[in-house]
Amino acid sequence: MSRIQQTFDALKAQGKKALIPFITAGDPHPALTVTLLHTLVEAGADVIELGVPFSDPMADGPTIQRASERALAKGVSLRQVLAMVSEFREKDGETPIVLMGYANPIEAMGMEAFVAAAAEAGVDGVLVVDYTPEESAAFCAAMNARDLDTIFLLAPTSTDARINQVGQLARGYVYYVSLKGVTGSGALNFDEVAERIPKIREATGLPVGVGFGIRDAETAKRIAGMADAVVVGSRIIEEMEKYPDDAVARVKGLVADIRRGVDAASK
Amino acid sequence: MSYNLPDASGHFGPYGGIFVSETLIAALEELKAAYAHACTDPAFQAEFDYELKHYVGRPSPIYHAKRWSELLGGAQIYLKREDLNHTGAHKVNNCIGQALLAKRMGKPRVIAETGAGQHGVATATVAARYGFECVVYMGSEDVKRQAANVYRMKLLGATVVPVESGSKTLKDALNEAMRDWVTNIENTFYIIGTVAGPHPYPMMVRDFQTVIGKEALVQMPEMAGRQPDAVIAAVGGGSNAMGIFHPYIPHESVKLIGVEAAGEGMDTNRHSASLQKGRPGVLHGNRTYLLQDENGQITETHSISAGLDYPGVGPEHAWLKDSGRAEYVGISDSEALQAFHDLCRFEGIIPALESSHALAYAAKLAPSLAKDKILLVNLSGRGDKDMHTVAEKSGIQF
Repeated sequence: MSRIQQTFDALKAQGKKALIPFITAGDPHPALTVTLLHTLVEAGADVIELGVPFSDPMADGPTIQRASERALAKGVSLRQVLAMVSEFREKDGETPIVLMGYANPIEAMGMEAFVAAAAEAGVDGVLVVDYTPEESAAFCAAMNARDLDTIFLLAPTSTDARINQVGQLARGYVYYVSLKGVTGSGALNFDEVAERIPKIREATGLPVGVGFGIRDAETAKRIAGMADAVVVGSRIIEEMEKYPDDAVARVKGLVADIRRGVDAASK
Repeated sequence: MSYNLPDASGHFGPYGGIFVSETLIAALEELKAAYAHACTDPAFQAEFDYELKHYVGRPSPIYHAKRWSELLGGAQIYLKREDLNHTGAHKVNNCIGQALLAKRMGKPRVIAETGAGQHGVATATVAARYGFECVVYMGSEDVKRQAANVYRMKLLGATVVPVESGSKTLKDALNEAMRDWVTNIENTFYIIGTVAGPHPYPMMVRDFQTVIGKEALVQMPEMAGRQPDAVIAAVGGGSNAMGIFHPYIPHESVKLIGVEAAGEGMDTNRHSASLQKGRPGVLHGNRTYLLQDENGQITETHSISAGLDYPGVGPEHAWLKDSGRAEYVGISDSEALQAFHDLCRFEGIIPALESSHALAYAAKLAPSLAKDKILLVNLSGRGDKDMHTVAEKSGIQF
């Protein structure tokens, strides 16, 4: 059983929902990433999505684009991101890490080589934003062979057939993009989320995380009332941009606050 | 050679396909269905042909550049005059096609990316023609370099949005247009300007541009008594080249030669020769040859011609290269400039800097061939837009 599945099972047994914060590896500084990962755990993260910086982050809004640019300016490569995960694993053998990024850095490293190195580093799941189910057969096979979970996105525009197709391949959890747009944009449509989540859960048999547009404890609480996990990314990066000298403490405070929101819904 | 690519899922061998976030899938499905329907509807083709004839001014002539050929002392050079189209380049063929599709799909808003501004101007033109709201994304570096085209787009009623992310050039404009599309899927049609992007774009843009090659197939026997020995076209994203190559693919005696921008030299980092110097990877929705570093980050490119300054290339070119059906060569900034000046002086035609790359390769090749050999060059656009760049290179300020 994968560490991600164990985590969701344990939370379910306690009647709790998962909090999944996202940060971009190497932002604001490569030396800070491992510290930030531990901080996220201390603040209440159940799973962490760690962004792999890419020069052309087509599905990301301005906040995560800036994070990616800052990390690339410091020369952060996929190999370095894996090294950060290894370092995190020296002190934390529990918290699942999901890498989130784009196909090209993985293909440049070589798909098989990447999957082997990710397993070695202690990565638990990978979400490749631009790998559609149609184009992921080889990747999923390589991931499954190493018992790593391949996470997929679903959108408000995904058809039932599409949800079933993703359900065939997805493992760990499914990431429901709660609005039409890029990361960090606009307002959530709670009614739509409430309607879609049960369908997705049923069709895929997997826990459903919701992200894109969750900004505070209140929205986290409402989403946690419907979904199995709440994903928060751009808001955390904004906090670090706003308080560069106090980034770690600020992130801890923000994530702990969102954690309270998530737990308020769970009870 | 039988040729029936892409396959149903948009692949040209290992290239092409659909590599986008799930959030775009529904829009691509809708587009695929609408395009498939339009392809089987004679009324759509009739309307497309009518617009190409009466609005664009097709067919574009083929011109025998006799004086230049004579001076070069070898093969005869013929020019397919896409520079004579309305808006001055081949780009408009595709924009008309996609605009007609947008109209059928009931989308009131169109968006586009642009580098030098040619595709932006063509999109703004068709948006004015059909009454669409139009937003054009353009890297902020390009906005500075191409002030005249920015003004043209504004005159035509388009909103030009400068893109500040990444390298602030064409690839970033494309990223930003994708982000707009994913946010405004219901009312927006994304008019991609080249044979790249996720399926069905590489196929659809190619289909709209094949009017160039189809006309040439008819015109060459009339003009020269036979088909050419080689067809030569510049390749950035590759739409003008695909447009003229595609109908010639089954004609195996006709060589197909794509000319990439070698910039300051193929051995420098200052070029845009994705097919010759890149490695296969995934960008902008498809798998193709990309200029990238060892970590898979897309690298910045260079060419004197903004229209060729792109780190990827259409996936069908990747396939034509691997299969050996087309050959790809490089022409440097200075060689392209020489051809630009030569065509001005010897034929009275001011070519676009993009097209000047194809002309330069023809000029290189012609002297080594017998005088009865025939080279057909796609003169994909006119050079009025390049006045500033060329003048600056000659040390002239307006």
